[in-house]
Amino acid sequence: MPNDTQKDSFSIAGHEFTSRLLVGTGKYKDMRETRQAIDASGAEIVTIAVRRTNIGQDQDQPNILEVLPPDEYTYLPNTAGCYDAKTAVRTCRLARELLDGHNLVKLEVLGDEKTLFPDVVQTLEAAETLIKDGFDVMVYTNDDPIMAKRLEETGCVAVMPLAAPIGSGLGIRNRLNIRTIVENAKVPILVDAGVGTASDAAVAMELGCDGVLMNTAIAAAQNPLLMASAMKKAIQAGREAYLAGRMPAKRFASASSPIEGLFF
Amino acid sequence: MQIYLNGEEKQIPDTLDMAGLIELLDLTGERIAVEVNEALVPRSTFGGHCLRERDRIEIIQAVGGG
Repeated sequence: MPNDTQKDSFSIAGHEFTSRLLVGTGKYKDMRETRQAIDASGAEIVTIAVRRTNIGQDQDQPNILEVLPPDEYTYLPNTAGCYDAKTAVRTCRLARELLDGHNLVKLEVLGDEKTLFPDVVQTLEAAETLIKDGFDVMVYTNDDPIMAKRLEETGCVAVMPLAAPIGSGLGIRNRLNIRTIVENAKVPILVDAGVGTASDAAVAMELGCDGVLMNTAIAAAQNPLLMASAMKKAIQAGREAYLAGRMPAKRFASASSPIEGLFF
Repeated sequence: MQIYLNGEEKQIPDTLDMAGLIELLDLTGERIAVEVNEALVPRSTFGGHCLRERDRIEIIQAVGGG
């Protein structure tokens, strides 16, 4: 089995990845903790954000791109903080320039500050523009099978439904929808946002997701390094359980020891 | 002339091009990307990209994020 799981890679936009855990790089105490937690997670794909440079300040602080060098990680620049398609497209173009033509982006267009739920109309519009402009778009969306399919048909290279609101740690709110999205899809489906602890990640994988993207669940744990390690194992365990095919759930008991040969 | 740099007003010499501004800000060789009036300005075109009065310039970098 270990040999089989080693071969169990998945592909995004023509690139093969072994780790099915994708991690964000925000909310850590410092760059050292960021690096250590991401190492412990085993993640190969890391999200980054683009923000205004602090002119004249902190030029000596290590940059995230130095702490997590491009020969070790695949960057997934995001459009976090964007509330309309136009801003999201500008952000992706800046990220591509910043990363020397790197085309892979995580598109998220938010609709509401309280829930951070996606604005799916703006998301679809931005996805269309970005795909025409040559980007490989991994798209954050609601746990809505219809919208997930629309985004796939638009040409997104991966669709990433939320488990629950970003940073909420509530776990998978709608397992049936996630399963339906997975069953309908021809592109990788990754749960993005809302995972709180290791069992949530395992459930996502048991539902057949290709991977899970998380940030706060690791960064906001009391011991981020230990949680990163737990998440790595949970993703692997959930994946193996999915491949193994679980037993049917039954309402009543079924004895594990034989009835025959009882001596009383 | 006056420009808006990352949302703040700034006075710069009239004849400065983008390469000159980046040098003035001590950002030459840094991992940055630039847009002027919401349009991307590729690094390869910094030299010779003339700045105009009231240009809105954004200089961005990568940061940690999820």
